[in-house]
Order: sequence, then structure tokens, then C-alpha cells
Amino acid sequence: MEALQTLAWSDAWYLAPELALAAATLLLAVVDLLLPGRVNRDVIGWGALAGLLVAGVFVGWHLHDLQAAADAGEQPVRNVLGGSYRVDDFGNLLKLVFLGASALILLASLGTVRREDVPIKGEFYYLFLPAVIGAMVMASSGDMITLFIGMELLGITSYVLVGVRKRSGQSGEAAFKYVVTGGTASAFVLYGMSFLYGVTGTTNLTLISQALGTALTEYRALVYVAFFLMIVGFALKLALAPFHAWAPDVYQGAPTPVTAFLAVVAKGAAFAMVYRIFLNTAFFAYADNTEVREDLFLALAVLAAAAMIVGVAGAMKQQNAKRLLALSGVANAGILLVPLTLDVTNLHSSMFSEFIYYLLAYLFMNVGAFAVLTVVSRSSGHEELSAFAGLYHRAPWTAGAMTVLLCSLAGLPVTGGFFGKLFILFGTVQTRSYWLAAILLVTTVVSYYVYFSFIRQMYMRSGETEPPATVPVPSGIVIWLCAAASVALGILPKPILDWINDIFSLSADFLTR
Amino acid sequence: MLENLPVLSLIIWIPLLGSLVVLFLPGYNARAVRGAAIFFAVVPLLLALWLYASYEPIVGGQAFAEQGTWLSVPLNAEAFGLHANVASYRLAFDYRLGVDGISLPLVLLTGVVAAMASLASVHIRKRWKTYFTLFLLLQTGMYGVFLARDVTLFFIFFELTLVPMFFLIGIWGYFGREKAANRFLVYNGLGSAVMLLAFLILIATLGFSSAETSGGTELIFSGSYDTMLANLKDPNAAAHQNSAMFLSENLKWAAFVLLLVAFGIKLPMFPFHTWMLKVHTEAPPAVVMIHSGILLKMGAYGLIRFAAFLLPVQLHASSTVLAIIGVVNILYGAVLACVQKEFKLVLAYSSVSQMGIVLLGIASLNETGFEGAIYQAVSHGLISALLFLLVGSLHERTGTTRIDELGGLAQTVPFLSGILLTAGLASLGLPGLSGFVGEFLSFLGLFSSMKALTAVGVIGVLLAAVYVLRSVLAITNGPLPERFAGLKDARFVEALPMVVLTALIVLLGIYPSLLTDLMQHGFDGLLKELQTRVGG
Repeated sequence: MEALQTLAWSDAWYLAPELALAAATLLLAVVDLLLPGRVNRDVIGWGALAGLLVAGVFVGWHLHDLQAAADAGEQPVRNVLGGSYRVDDFGNLLKLVFLGASALILLASLGTVRREDVPIKGEFYYLFLPAVIGAMVMASSGDMITLFIGMELLGITSYVLVGVRKRSGQSGEAAFKYVVTGGTASAFVLYGMSFLYGVTGTTNLTLISQALGTALTEYRALVYVAFFLMIVGFALKLALAPFHAWAPDVYQGAPTPVTAFLAVVAKGAAFAMVYRIFLNTAFFAYADNTEVREDLFLALAVLAAAAMIVGVAGAMKQQNAKRLLALSGVANAGILLVPLTLDVTNLHSSMFSEFIYYLLAYLFMNVGAFAVLTVVSRSSGHEELSAFAGLYHRAPWTAGAMTVLLCSLAGLPVTGGFFGKLFILFGTVQTRSYWLAAILLVTTVVSYYVYFSFIRQMYMRSGETEPPATVPVPSGIVIWLCAAASVALGILPKPILDWINDIFSLSADFLTR
Repeated sequence: MLENLPVLSLIIWIPLLGSLVVLFLPGYNARAVRGAAIFFAVVPLLLALWLYASYEPIVGGQAFAEQGTWLSVPLNAEAFGLHANVASYRLAFDYRLGVDGISLPLVLLTGVVAAMASLASVHIRKRWKTYFTLFLLLQTGMYGVFLARDVTLFFIFFELTLVPMFFLIGIWGYFGREKAANRFLVYNGLGSAVMLLAFLILIATLGFSSAETSGGTELIFSGSYDTMLANLKDPNAAAHQNSAMFLSENLKWAAFVLLLVAFGIKLPMFPFHTWMLKVHTEAPPAVVMIHSGILLKMGAYGLIRFAAFLLPVQLHASSTVLAIIGVVNILYGAVLACVQKEFKLVLAYSSVSQMGIVLLGIASLNETGFEGAIYQAVSHGLISALLFLLVGSLHERTGTTRIDELGGLAQTVPFLSGILLTAGLASLGLPGLSGFVGEFLSFLGLFSSMKALTAVGVIGVLLAAVYVLRSVLAITNGPLPERFAGLKDARFVEALPMVVLTALIVLLGIYPSLLTDLMQHGFDGLLKELQTRVGG
């Protein structure tokens, strides 16, 4: 066991993105306190946006650094604090996704959040930052303790964000439900981790993977217990069926930007954790003991299949747009889990590209759809599907953008959602997991019906009597950016996948070094 | 003049360009919108005609083939453990277009029907701009389907027809339009999904190729149709070896059945036909012209292009089953067409029956039969387009298409009634009109292998005479209801497409070699493969 290390000044550089966000949070909190009440708190929102951008620049810098290291023949990994915090390409790519998604969500919420709805507007804006720090810590940790801390930081901040509409009973109910399920999930994860610690004697993921081989011969049952407890916890966090029942309620009660944040960033962070733990420990640790590995990954595949089926089936009869998108998030979580469950064969090892590409597509289609929902519910006054009625007449361009986003959600060409699914499907066929491919395809077809219920409202129901919907400029920018990105990801996936393939390597980022 | 241009690309993308142009025209100017739409629908037709004029069956379509890299996605090669030797490991979906004796007749059909349907869209009374935008987008998808030579590209174009059709049915259709649109979407979506799975299986096996380059080995999974055909013939290809790319007999059968279901839904093949009845009755007539005239043919084309050419052994083994399904289609459709009270449903069931003949042609496994299948597809495309054009004109005048409410129309609208009778006669296979040739060739082809089934199938032709004459005569003859006394006959804009379509039907009926010459060498590869694999 390594001696505990203290934080050195040189480590601060590796933590720069997180530190930048922390500094921005403190600064904005003080500014919010000192600013007179009559000043529009949108200033805080722009400040938070700037903080996210600075952090993004630092992450980009790290990526560049690691690339240089890889070119020089070194391992492109920087270990901080005895390996409990890792700066590697896996983490950096996901950090970019989280920062980008949060920036888009913040931008879309500027100008749409009203004081009557959210009385503490300043807090609303700057509380996104610690949540993002939590997500980034989860993506970057090499130790179970760090992972858990990141998860709690993200969790606790988002409990507050969900309940930020203080005068709405729904929001309070959602926050309460989220606290309870979030706490349950944490408990499961922590309980599982404690078993893993018990049989391996360490919390460091690298050391765990080395110790698992022997642990398995002695404490086989306990290893199962450890992993299955963690799987339950993760499934709760990811809202995978049958652990998804909280998602529609929480998504409905939370302010729409927070819902988007939960759907994209919180979910992405939980995926970062799952991929990190499973690929680092369970996958490569015991090549000669494939039975346990197969059991675990079969369990994950079953969860993925259940999530796809239950998510889509539940969304079919849904009349509330937010609940519908929540259930679509359940189905998409299933799809995002599929690459992890595929075998690494001598032909197939692209699971990370498959995962991150679909996550990117998922980011744009979801953030865009939620931005449209914000605009539409503002003009119609409610969040039912019928709020979209006749949108084609009221705001034709927004309806057009929404159509593109819905095509991406449904996986129709030529959009990012289509290509992402195609790529994952090719993986399933390559590894001959035909049953997963079949479930993915069938649920996709059923989801056409689900997503086209928006289109039926927008184009085939009359809403001509209602006034035209106004779109605030920042929301408009986000909506069009997301729609354009969705199309671009469908037509030109090559540059991004080339880039991911260049910088990411299974052996450096996941194999234990 | 046109030799140096990428004609196939132009045919595909000009409608898309038109779709964008229409999108930016002022919506209140209906004349400009309609004019632009017609223009952009006619240009590809002219290009297709040029293609027809310069196509030489012996040479094939190589001169027109186009190819460019589009998606070349890197796959993670770490698991090989041999970084040094693998220069690149990729998934390649290229932009490949091609034309041959099988696709060219269908491209021509698409051009004709699409141009005529754009003329027939005068019946559209609301939201012209959106209508024509989608209408042109749909055309891009259809041309793409017939010209693509990469399975992924094919799939994308196939899906591209889905969304515009959903809108066209759901916004401009009759009373039950939304339900019809939903049913269309889910059934065809299911077909596409099944097709995608089959394609992915083929890409992961037949699509694999490796090449030695100076930098090391290049490993490529490709969706290229030509690569697949080449790998199919090459006994040393990875798909036939004991490798991770092995295409086992089970996988072949799985892919074949999946393709059969996918294209069977589109064709439509009994029992997957229920969705198209709704579309036939609820969609606006101009859209049904496209749907019945072209989209159904994509099923026939896909069956021949992929199921037959890539999996000939499975086709051979299941030819009897296919023929039985075809006969069921013919008889089921014909019997039900005899008892319908709604003229549109008569035509819908007649489509089921007529497309069964296509299945028979494919099941015959000989050149005559294959040619018959394509000929029947083209001929039925023209006839059903004409019939639905008439349905649109009749509905506009009378407000109904129920057979029991119509009658005696020959007295007030003699031109429409005359064309209706001609189309009906073509549909029942009267010699001298195009319907006869397709039926004759298909049955002739099947007769050499399965005599009994042919005999049963021919009953369907007799029934066709019953249902066509019963409904057409009920509409044109008999007492004229008083409210229809003042009807006006066809306007020029309606008459023009009717005359063109009728002329083509007659032309193809008396001079079949216009099309059969084109197809002459189209099936050589498949026939040779059938001969070597299964010994004739």
C-alpha cells in the first residue's frame, strides 16, 4: 500500500479545470450576495458560463499535453494523489462533454428563467458549477473514494437544483423523491464498494484489478455481492429499468434546464463511473476466469435491454412532454450501456468510441429538445404534449429544428442519433450479440411512434388561434446549434471518430498501468 | 454533353435542390411554387431518359458508376495486439452509385410517375409549399434507393422516403389520415429495422476485405455491394473461412429471412399488407400514385438486388415457398378485390394481387421470370399511378369513390371514363397493354419449374377481369345519379398526365423490347451463380 500523499503545488495544474470552476463558484456566490437586489441576476448566469468556458480551455490544454506525452512515447496518463485522481483521455473527453452540455443548458436558460418561478435566480445559475465539478471528478477518478465523493457532490447539488422552484409543490416533491432515491443509490454503491474493499484490501481501482484474481479464488461469492450491489446503485443513478420509477416524477418537477442537466450531465457522469469501474476492474482483471466476467456483463446487458423496452413502452402512452423525455432518457440509457456489455474480441474493441459518439449525439438532441420545450411551455403555459399543437403555424423554424432533433432521437437518418445507433449496432453484430441488436432495433421502431407524437402535434393539430411563440435569442442559438450539430454528426462522423480514435486508447486509459 | 457529368448524382440531388428552392419561395405564390416543383420533378426524368438512350446492355452500367469515400470510420485496432502490421482498421460506408438493367427501368418509372404526380398535385388545396418541399425530398429518397450501390447508402435513402411520406399522408390525407400515417410509419419502420439487421450481418461477414499496402495490412468492413458480390464468388474470402467473419449457413438463412420480411412488408407480401390498405384509402391521390407506383416497387427491387443476388442458394432453396406466397397474394388480393364497395380498396387489393405476380417471377429462378418480375413492377407502377390519378379527379368532382354511389359517369365525363376503362383493361392484363406482358413473362418463367402453382396462379388473372370490370363498369355505366349531371370533364393539367401514362402503357404493351432489351444482361451474374451453386 502506498503512503498517503499530500497535495503538491505541481498537482494544482492537473486539477486546474476543477479549481477554476470552484473559484468561479465562490466568486459568483460572493457577487450574488453583494449585488443589490434590483440587478438582473442573469449577470451571474453569464459569469457561470464564463467559468465553464475557462475550465473547458484547461481541459483542452490537458488533452494537448497528454497528446504530446503520447507522442514522446510516454503513457498519456497523469496520476495525482497516488493514483486516486487520474487525468487521462477518457476523463478529459467526458469532461469536455459535461462542460459543453452545461454551457449549452445555461445559455438556453438565460432569459427563460423567471423570478416568479425561481426566486433565487443567482443561486440557480452558479449551483450548476459545483455539480459539474462533481461530474468531472467522477470521470477522472482512479479510486473508489474519489468516485464516491464526486457522486455525492453532483448528487447533493442537483437535489438543490431540482427543488429550486420554491413555490411549486411539484418541485419540492421532486426534490424529496430525488433525495431519497439518490441516497438509496449511494448506499448501494457504497455497500458494494465496501465488499470490494474487503476482498481486495484497497480502494484504488488499479490495485483492485490486480488483487481481484486472487480474491476471486477465495471469496467468489463476495465478489458477486460487491458487483451486484454496485450495479443496483448505478442502475438507480442511471435510471435503468426496473430502477427508473423516480425519473419521470423528478424530471417533471424540476425546472426544465435542470431536467436537461440531469438527463445529460448527471447521466453521463454516472456512465463515466460505470465504464471506469467495469472496464478497469471486472473486464481485464482475470482473463482466465471468464465465468464471473460473463455473468456480470450479462447482468448489465439484461439491464440495458430492460431499460430500452420499459423506457419506450412507458413513453408510448405519455401525454406530458417532460415525462415522455424522461422515459426516452431511460431507453437511451439502455442504449448507452450496450457498448459496455459487448465482448472485447480480436476484432471488436471500439466500445469507447461507440459510447462517446452516442453520448455526444444524445447530448445535442436532448439539450435541444429541452430548450424547445422551455420555449414552448413558456408560450403555452404548460408542459403537456398539446403545448406543441400547431407549433408549425406559430413558430415554423422552431418546429423545423424540433423535427430534426426528434429525428435524431428516433434514430432516423441522417442525424447523429442514427449514426450513433448504427455504430453501436455494428458492434453488437460484430460480437454476435444478435438478441441485443434485435431489442435495440425493435425499441427504436416503437420509439418512432413515441417521438412522432410531437410531430403530430406540431404539424397536424391546429394551433393557429394562439399567438406566435417568441423565442429568446440565447434559446434560439442553442436550439439551432443543437439541430445543426445533430445533422453534422449524422453526415460527417469521421473527423470526430478519427480524433477519438487517435487520442483514446484502451490500454492506456483502462488497462491498469 | 452529359457524358462528363455525374448523371446519377444529378438525378438524385436535383429534387433535393428543388426542395430547398421551394422552401425559400414565398408561400402565397402558389403558381411559382407549383411551377418550380414540376420543373424539378421533370429534370431528373429528362436525365433518366438520356440515361436510357445511352445505356448499352452489353456494356452494362460501368460508364455511369460513381464512387467516392464518404464515411470511413476508424475502429479500435488495439485488440489485435499487432499494431505494427495493421495499417488501418476501418468501417467504410462509401458513396457508391450504379445503374444496370434491373435498376434503370425502375429509375425511368420513378421519373415518369413522379413527374405525373407533381402535375396531379393540383388537387392539393392547403400548405402547398410544405407539400412540394416534402414531395421533392421523397423523390431524392426514391431515386437514391434505385441507384445506391452501398447497403448503408441504400438504407439511408430507404429511410429518407419514410419521413416525407409520413407527413404527406398525415397532413394532406382524408379523414383517417393520422392513423394511416402512424401505421405506415410503424410497419415500414419495422421493415427498415429488420433490413438494417440483415445488412449489418452482411457487412460484418461478406463486407470484410483486407489489402496489403506498404504501411501494413488494411482491414476494412465495407457496405459496398460490389465487394459483397466479389466476396460471395471468392472461395478464399474471410466470409467462407473459419474466421470471426464466417458467414455460416444459419447466418445466411437469418439474413435471407430478414430481407424477405423487410422487403415483403414493402412489396407488400401477405400477411404484411394491412398497412398499405390504409395508405391507399387515406392518403391524397397524388401521394398514392407515388406510393403504389414506386414505393411498393422498392420492395421488389430490394428482393432481387439483395436477397436474390447476395443469397442465391437460399433463394433457390425457398423458391417453392416464395411461389406459394406469391399465389396466395394473387388469390387473396383478387378475391377480396371482388367484394369491396370502395373503389380505392378495390385498387389496393388489386395491388396486393398484382405484386404477387412479381413474387412468382422471382421464384421462377430463370431469366424470363426475373424479367417478368421487373416488367410487371414497371407496368403495375404505371397502371396504378394512372388509376389513382383518376381516383383523384373523380373524387374532386363527385366527393366520393364508393362504387355504389357512383354510376353512369360515361355520360358526363366521357374522357375520364374512357381512360378509366383503358387503365382497367391494362390492369386485368388485356393483350396489347403493358399489364399483359409482365404477367405473361412471369407466368411463363414459373411454368418451366412449377407447373401446378402456375396453373393455380392464373386463376387470379381471371378474377382480375371480374373485379376490374365489375367496379369500372359500375362507375362508368348504369343510371347517372342526378347530382352528377353537371360534372365537367378533365382539365388540361389533369388530362396531360393521363394521356402520357396511357400512351406509355400502350407502348409497353405493343413493344415490350423497349424494356426487355435493357434487362437482357442484367441477370447474367445471378443466373451464373445459380447454375454453379445449385447446378441449374
